[in-house]
Amino acid sequence: MAGISFTRRAGLAAGSAIATAALIGARGSAAQGAPVKVGELNSYARMAAFSVPYRNAIQLAVDGINRAGGVMGGRPLEFVFRDDGSTPGDAVRVAEDLLTREGCAFLAGTFLSNVGLAVSDLANQRKKLFLATEPLTDALTMAQGNRYTWRLRPSTYMQTRMLTEAARGRTTRRWAIVAPNYEYGQSAAANFKRLITASIPGAEIVAEQYPALGRVDAGATVGALAQARPDGIFNVLFGPDLTAFVREGNTRGLFERRFVLSMLTGEPEYLIPLGDETPEGWIVTGYPWEQITDGPHKAYIDAYRARFNDTPRKGSLLGYVTAQVVANLLNKANSLDSEVLVEAFKDLRTDTVVGNVTMRALDQQGTMGTWVGETVLRGRQGAMRNARYADGADYLFPEAEVRAARRG
Amino acid sequence: MDVGFIVVQSLSGLASASALFIIASGLTLVFGVTRIVNFAHGSFYMLGAYIAVTVVPWLLEIDRSPTLFFTGVLISAIAVGVLGVLMELLLLRRLYKVPELFQLLATFGVVLMVQDAVLKIWGPVDIPGPRAPGLRHGVEILGQRFPAYELFLIVIGPAVLGLLWLLMHRTRFGILIRAATRDREMVGALGVNQAMLFTGTLFLGAALAGLGGALQIPRVSASSQMDLSIITEAFVVTVIGGMGSVPGAFLAAVLIGQLQAFGVLVFPKITLVLVFLLMAAVLVVKPWGLLGRPEAAAGRAALPEGILAVRGFGRVEKLIAGLAIAAMLAVPVFGDAYTVKVATEVLIFALAAFSLNFLVGNGGIVSFGHAAYFGLGAYAAGLLVTKGGLPMEPALLAAPIAGGLFAALFGFFVVRLSGIYLAMLTLAFAQIAYAVCFQWVEVTGGDNGVVGVWPSAWAASRQVYHYVVAACAILAIIALRRVVYAPFGATLRAARDSEQRADAIGIDVRTHRWLAFTLAGGAAGLAGGLYAFSKGSIDPTLLAIPLSVDFLAMILLGGIQTVMGAVAGAAAFHTIKDIFMPLTDFWRFLLGASIIALVLVFPRGLAGAFAGWRA
Amino acid sequence: MTLLAVEGLNKAFGGVVAARDVTFALSAGEMLAIIGPNGAGKSTTFNMVGGQLRPDTGRVVLAGQDITGQPPRQVCRMGVGRTFQVAQTFLSMSVVGNVQMALIAHHGRTRDMVADAARLYRDDALALLARVGMEGEADRPIGELAYGDVKRVELAIALAAAPRLLLMDEPTAGMAPRERAALMQLTADIARGGGIGVLFTEHDMDAVFAHADRILVLVRGEVIAEGTPEEVRANPEVQRVYLGTSGHKAALRARRAAHG
Repeated sequence: MAGISFTRRAGLAAGSAIATAALIGARGSAAQGAPVKVGELNSYARMAAFSVPYRNAIQLAVDGINRAGGVMGGRPLEFVFRDDGSTPGDAVRVAEDLLTREGCAFLAGTFLSNVGLAVSDLANQRKKLFLATEPLTDALTMAQGNRYTWRLRPSTYMQTRMLTEAARGRTTRRWAIVAPNYEYGQSAAANFKRLITASIPGAEIVAEQYPALGRVDAGATVGALAQARPDGIFNVLFGPDLTAFVREGNTRGLFERRFVLSMLTGEPEYLIPLGDETPEGWIVTGYPWEQITDGPHKAYIDAYRARFNDTPRKGSLLGYVTAQVVANLLNKANSLDSEVLVEAFKDLRTDTVVGNVTMRALDQQGTMGTWVGETVLRGRQGAMRNARYADGADYLFPEAEVRAARRG
Repeated sequence: MDVGFIVVQSLSGLASASALFIIASGLTLVFGVTRIVNFAHGSFYMLGAYIAVTVVPWLLEIDRSPTLFFTGVLISAIAVGVLGVLMELLLLRRLYKVPELFQLLATFGVVLMVQDAVLKIWGPVDIPGPRAPGLRHGVEILGQRFPAYELFLIVIGPAVLGLLWLLMHRTRFGILIRAATRDREMVGALGVNQAMLFTGTLFLGAALAGLGGALQIPRVSASSQMDLSIITEAFVVTVIGGMGSVPGAFLAAVLIGQLQAFGVLVFPKITLVLVFLLMAAVLVVKPWGLLGRPEAAAGRAALPEGILAVRGFGRVEKLIAGLAIAAMLAVPVFGDAYTVKVATEVLIFALAAFSLNFLVGNGGIVSFGHAAYFGLGAYAAGLLVTKGGLPMEPALLAAPIAGGLFAALFGFFVVRLSGIYLAMLTLAFAQIAYAVCFQWVEVTGGDNGVVGVWPSAWAASRQVYHYVVAACAILAIIALRRVVYAPFGATLRAARDSEQRADAIGIDVRTHRWLAFTLAGGAAGLAGGLYAFSKGSIDPTLLAIPLSVDFLAMILLGGIQTVMGAVAGAAAFHTIKDIFMPLTDFWRFLLGASIIALVLVFPRGLAGAFAGWRA
Repeated sequence: MTLLAVEGLNKAFGGVVAARDVTFALSAGEMLAIIGPNGAGKSTTFNMVGGQLRPDTGRVVLAGQDITGQPPRQVCRMGVGRTFQVAQTFLSMSVVGNVQMALIAHHGRTRDMVADAARLYRDDALALLARVGMEGEADRPIGELAYGDVKRVELAIALAAAPRLLLMDEPTAGMAPRERAALMQLTADIARGGGIGVLFTEHDMDAVFAHADRILVLVRGEVIAEGTPEEVRANPEVQRVYLGTSGHKAALRARRAAHG
């Protein structure tokens, strides 16, 4: 116990020192020696709206960390960024490049779930650590989890559960689901069906629509949903599909007097394009950065805005936290050996700008949370009201389920 | 279901149909006149939307009037038309003398460049357009609310059809378009300025795509993935209607609009496949689409687009082939781990591309869906290993068998068609296979795919697996090359050169093509199996359109007129991609630019240029 | 002995009758010409014999075997060689390669995936080329040849199937006058020497009257006359509806050519 508490404290101290240093730009002894390289691959070309702010924030954090003395006793931290080509085939080749030619100690990143899973399996095969940052699929930490793969962001299950628990106490019985037809959408829908009855006993699903990703036929979809006369709608659409769906739904009155739970809609990436069409009163997960008024989080936001002349996105926050967690991991492990890194990751606590994030050893899932709130229109722009930070630690998969899923 | 709902749902279908028709009509016109399969048509659509979300709000600042809104839409359409003219003048005009497929490759280069140009100019964030003033509201129809703007769209589709009809029947330009669609060479013979006709058609086609995009801005936000989401659908509409037929495109768009509007009620998960199923069904019954005509009789003596004289290797060629094989075998000894990995992939793609060129170059069977057999081979191998518990060796044996069996199944229908219709049917089957792999989650793992497809222990290292791949791929290429030189290969070329003559000397053209399709599918399946084990996973992108297009790009870059061009093309394509991807986020722009440069400098492909230099 | 018997062929496209009760016969070694004005049904009749078109009713019997409605490849295997109005050859191949291809098909080896096609039946192909006087051009790409030479090669291709019957659709179309006579003479020699029946359509009356043993006259899908060149020439109905004065001139020219 003593050992654990010692390392925890050390990690905490290191983490907070780095965070502080990064934020106030303290000029300690700048890092020297061979850099510690982390291979970061992501969909920079295809998912640029998310991934470019993500990369910017990593860069911001890394610069701060290095000014404050780097990692592992003074070595500079370096992220090597690569486009993953948005297909598993390309991503695996890029990952090999990062591990072999670039000499990266381990891998981080990926956006699409299938890319994340393929890289995760490669990491397992090559016995290299992989910190999946963005892919949401539950499979990554459950059925297809492996020793070398860890995930930071709250998974599909966790975010669905945040929403269904926010619906607790409602009387909405008849539910319609609309989700993009791919793994994320399907698994969000499946989680929703499983979890909603816990919040609202007797809830039933009266309609399901699964338009192809990026190709929603909004008119037909809205028509089909309205026809089922649901009391509530669970929406998983995002990006261009969401804009089209919301506009069509607004004009046809689909959302009038209906309770809507919507995944990710409060994230600036998806809220900004909705503009003055943002529907009011949806319960969403998101990132109301403008409501952060103090602490390290505010400092990071100011630093980000100053450096990139842009408002932060959810991607930026994730990138910043990623760099903080990685630095903490390296300091704790003080080795680039994969096995040592994996051991160091187990229950690693990092004090990040969103508070404490622990990498739960059981399913190798981080406890980073997200904000849950209600959409509101402020001027010509959507925002979140009554938002609260839902700590991921409260929404993790039950331990028994994890054990059952990861046994095979 | 009440009547009001059915009416409104059907109106939704009509609104989608109108939008789709406007885009598809441009595509069908361009194809009819120039015979160019214009992949960049989707890019024009996207540009129309982006220009509109820039221009229209600026105009609405002056006055929020419907007039200014539609002025902005028209300006956008015309601007895109001008871009179409630029593409014709700067690029396509230089390519009319080379095989038609190279124009396809050039337009594919344009697609890649436009994607990144849009990201650079407008940024990665989706841009919502303004709603049309005066048409923001909903209209009450039989107790259901329906957007006024969509009622307007329903009207505008037939209006565009009418205007096009007037243009085609009442103007000299239109009459020329119709004449060229029916018989392209006749127009040249009549002394018409063909260059002007083509430029004009490209303007019209691109402007229609731009109009389609600009009209969408009140419904969807402009995003950098609009191009790919529309282009396959536009092709489907064009093909179902009959390539070159504007009324056919209208009919097909209405059919597809209704199919989707009511399809979502019955099959909420597979509406996209429904469209391809419809296309496959239409093509099996009506080989030239609903209102299309058979391609003009092949009475003229034109050199076929494909492998011409097959000669054996001369001394130089033998040396190059020997060196290439030696280099591939030496890579694990001298190269680093990553070079080995890339070399392994080059070998796999070389086999896949070679098998495609066996169809395209040697047989004149242009497949737009060759990745299907590659992917099905990968799935067969991957599923046998992960779900069947078999070791790598028998699984690898199953890959070509699966590729071949599915090629035989799909090919049975495919070889009944010819030309662009054949190509589109291969695409339809590939999409159907893709959809099955995507949707059948219990077995295939859906879009996440299946991981854990790793080689047997003895072949687990990158180096040893490289030799496994080298042995399989090189032997398969040598074997397939042998077939090209054998009577069977000659028979395919004969059938490609003159189907009529081949028939008259007693050749059963269809059966031979069917065999060739199966053989090529088997070879692609083997390549897919090898790929699965090199990546450790399988997923639906292995069957998807982008990979099929990559294969096409490889054989065209290499040159479809030579036997070994596909191998050179695969190596070149993969190398270019591998060089640019780590360099910049805008690697697609550079890849597209390289493709265009290569097409312009080597209009017969790399191997074609080499053959020319040798001669 | 009757090589080809055509019995009561009928064919209509939509409402238009292209062939009505066409009946004729052809013996081995005999040259039978089908003539008639444009749209008389020559090509339709021809394509029904060659298998490109299926007759509505009627029978085509080749050497006692019914081949009605068989596809061209089957008709070919029964011993029918064919040339086309616009020469159909394999443009990507050499002259000899074209003939070799026909020989490969004739010997049923088109599915052979191992042998070297360039070496198969080369000598036989050269011999066939020699028969049409083209052995000197054997290794040139066929696309480089003059059109008259292409027609000769096409004849060699047709002969590769060792046919009992040759179908030649306008064999001299598009050729220079001198080439025409030479090709027709060559065809006649080969047919008579090898006992091969030849059925041909032709616009060029010189060629018809100089080389045909018998002539069939079609007008609006119907046979209006049949007989030797002299009989046909003398037939008043033929003169009235078809030959006219130009026909007379052609006949005169032909006679002169034959005597000169």
